[in-house]
Amino acid sequence: MANTTDAAAASTEGTMTFRQVARETIRFVLSELKPKGKMLTPFNVITGGIILSGLVMIAIRFAYGLGAVSNLSQNYPWGIWIGFDVVTGVAFAGGAYVLCFVVHILKIKKFEPIIRVTVLNGFLAYVFYAGALLLDLGRPWNVINPIIGNAFGLSSVLFLVAWHFLLYMICEFLEFSPVVAEWLHWPRARRILEGLSTGAVIFGITLSTLHQSGLGALFLLAPTKVHPLWYSGNIPVMFFVSSIFAGLSMVMIESFFTQKAFKDRIGHDLHAAHDSILLGLGKGAVGALFAYIFLKLIDFVHYKQWIYLDTPMGYWYLFEIVGFVLLPTALFLQAIRKRSAKLVQFTAFLTAAGVILNRLNVSVIGFKWYETVRYYPSVMEIWITLAIISMELWVFRWVILRMPVFGEAHEVVEEKTAEDMEVVTWKASVL
Amino acid sequence: MTISRRNFLKVAGAAGGVLLAGGAASAQGAQAPETSAGGVEFNGMLIDTTKCIGCRACEEACNEANKLPKPKVSFSTESVFEETRDTTTGAFTVVNRFPNEKKPDAPIFVRKQCMHCNQPACASACLCRAMEKTKEAAVIYHKDRCMGCRYCMVACPFDIPRFEYNSPTPFVWKCIFCNERQKKGEQPACSEVCPTGATLFGKKRDLLEIAKTRIYTEPDKYVHKIYGEHEVGGTGWLFLMGAPEEKLGLKTNLPTTPYPELTSGFLYGVPLVFVLWPSLLIGLNYLIKDSKVDEKKEGSHGEHD
Ligand code: SF4
Ligand code: SF4
Repeated sequence: MANTTDAAAASTEGTMTFRQVARETIRFVLSELKPKGKMLTPFNVITGGIILSGLVMIAIRFAYGLGAVSNLSQNYPWGIWIGFDVVTGVAFAGGAYVLCFVVHILKIKKFEPIIRVTVLNGFLAYVFYAGALLLDLGRPWNVINPIIGNAFGLSSVLFLVAWHFLLYMICEFLEFSPVVAEWLHWPRARRILEGLSTGAVIFGITLSTLHQSGLGALFLLAPTKVHPLWYSGNIPVMFFVSSIFAGLSMVMIESFFTQKAFKDRIGHDLHAAHDSILLGLGKGAVGALFAYIFLKLIDFVHYKQWIYLDTPMGYWYLFEIVGFVLLPTALFLQAIRKRSAKLVQFTAFLTAAGVILNRLNVSVIGFKWYETVRYYPSVMEIWITLAIISMELWVFRWVILRMPVFGEAHEVVEEKTAEDMEVVTWKASVL
Repeated sequence: MTISRRNFLKVAGAAGGVLLAGGAASAQGAQAPETSAGGVEFNGMLIDTTKCIGCRACEEACNEANKLPKPKVSFSTESVFEETRDTTTGAFTVVNRFPNEKKPDAPIFVRKQCMHCNQPACASACLCRAMEKTKEAAVIYHKDRCMGCRYCMVACPFDIPRFEYNSPTPFVWKCIFCNERQKKGEQPACSEVCPTGATLFGKKRDLLEIAKTRIYTEPDKYVHKIYGEHEVGGTGWLFLMGAPEEKLGLKTNLPTTPYPELTSGFLYGVPLVFVLWPSLLIGLNYLIKDSKVDEKKEGSHGEHD
């Protein structure tokens, strides 16, 4: 901490040379890399164990090929690493672009206290889930091919998605960068970065619209493989709309855990406004849910899918629609009427579960539902996914404990123990 | 006889109508599917399932021509027919046996391999252009470009590309229509060795004509449909069937739409969104900023960080 104040004092004087700033910064960062608090908490032990063993499995995967750890086959080229980590994970990261729109474009001040943490979460989700995508690629070193341009597959939706992932990560980093600059005590850099962020926000929202729907558009090329109840020319629009309520639910779920785990890092503003923020998020989610129901209805009429309803997949479909789309909509409405933040939060969990269900139905469960030998994820596939989520949580906590994410810029916060930060519960229980 | 002939003509006429309608509906479908964009006539292959005797000479020739690993059981072992086989990373084509309901003692043999679609789903899916349709017909694979995402496998309507799951440096494998031989003016290895002419190589337009003539002259022998003529917008390989396609392990539910068209609508929308969204967002942003400034003038100075 002594370093921090030194660096802060020095940089505000503005007399340091570039080399001095660099040296101070490196020293500061190194000191900050040290873990804070007690090491042997249940959270650390469990997730640490998962990460370490996950790393071993990742090593096996790179040494012996995908078949060594996964249940993928010639019939099922994509499993849960695509279906869950990417297709579902990215939907949950949608909260960042939705809130950026609300706060930066619509200038609704109410949601400002949570914008930083939401952007942070979105950014980390992309870094880790897109990182997980690299594990799934057979020849990941060639991932640069569509980027450097020696082979542009312009007719491919995946090409679009890949580029957008990359650009969007840069945007989100720019959006978050003022916080990093604050942490590093670089006031000048912070001012410059803040100037950039409106552009980043606008570009980011555009990119999000396209790749959230692009993830759905990937499956347009499999008209005979995705179950007819889930296949539709509207998949891209439905993926986009569902990313809105998926993202919003994730923000609500996050707040549920961060309120507990990081109680003392959260500013008074946020504490006071918390319930009304939640209700606002609930209203947003209800709007998107209505649009979604409407789309589903059009689809159902247009593609005449009711002939499939009286089959096992049909019951499964009804389970998804009634239990995880219609019910959450009703509950959100009820919660808003009664102004119950608790019910909003509960419904957010239900909605998120519905999104997981839907994305898996399109990409894994309903994919080639007619085969006799079906794909199911191997233990190691699930384990590696858990390891990636755990890593994200560690980084998330690391950032929260150091950077002014909850809006208490420039305050010197005393060190906290990590004891009560059982963050694992929130994502592990939801994801 | 005459009735089935008339039926056949009706079917052919209807199919032609569908093709025309499809052509009118989409610009891409308007060009004759038998030629590439450069106007080069596509090569093709005609498989007559009634002529195939299941000798598997094609499998063996393919294995040699493509220098594939030798299989565990030899190419003359008959027991392989006991189960329906699929292509693998080491076998680009396989012959399967299906019972013949009309003549139980003469089973029907059907080959399976890449169909070399006129507008291949695999090539339109690939983001590195590792799958490429040559102007002559073959859909070939560029090893050095592939990043192993397996989207081609998800997209291929015939489930053809095969991936090496047990290699740290895996490739995708499938029939490449003996592209190198074709370039040298030779025909593919499999059609060259076929002793009965069940696999026939030639210009696709000629092959279609041959196929139609065969159905016309022997209407009782064939199903009155050429598999591959309209499936997914037409394929380079055509099948004459001695029994309905569902009895021969061929995919039955394929649309006649060329697969690239399934995503083209979405992709056309992309530049639109790229222009519209930022302008709308910037406009909205200014509009709201202005109105907030007006509000603030009246209210207190609650400057926010
Ligand atoms: S059959 Fe499949 S692999 Fe072959 S060209 Fe068509 S889409 Fe590509
Ligand atoms: S696996 Fe290779 S060939 Fe297939 S789509 Fe991906 S990059 Fe293209």
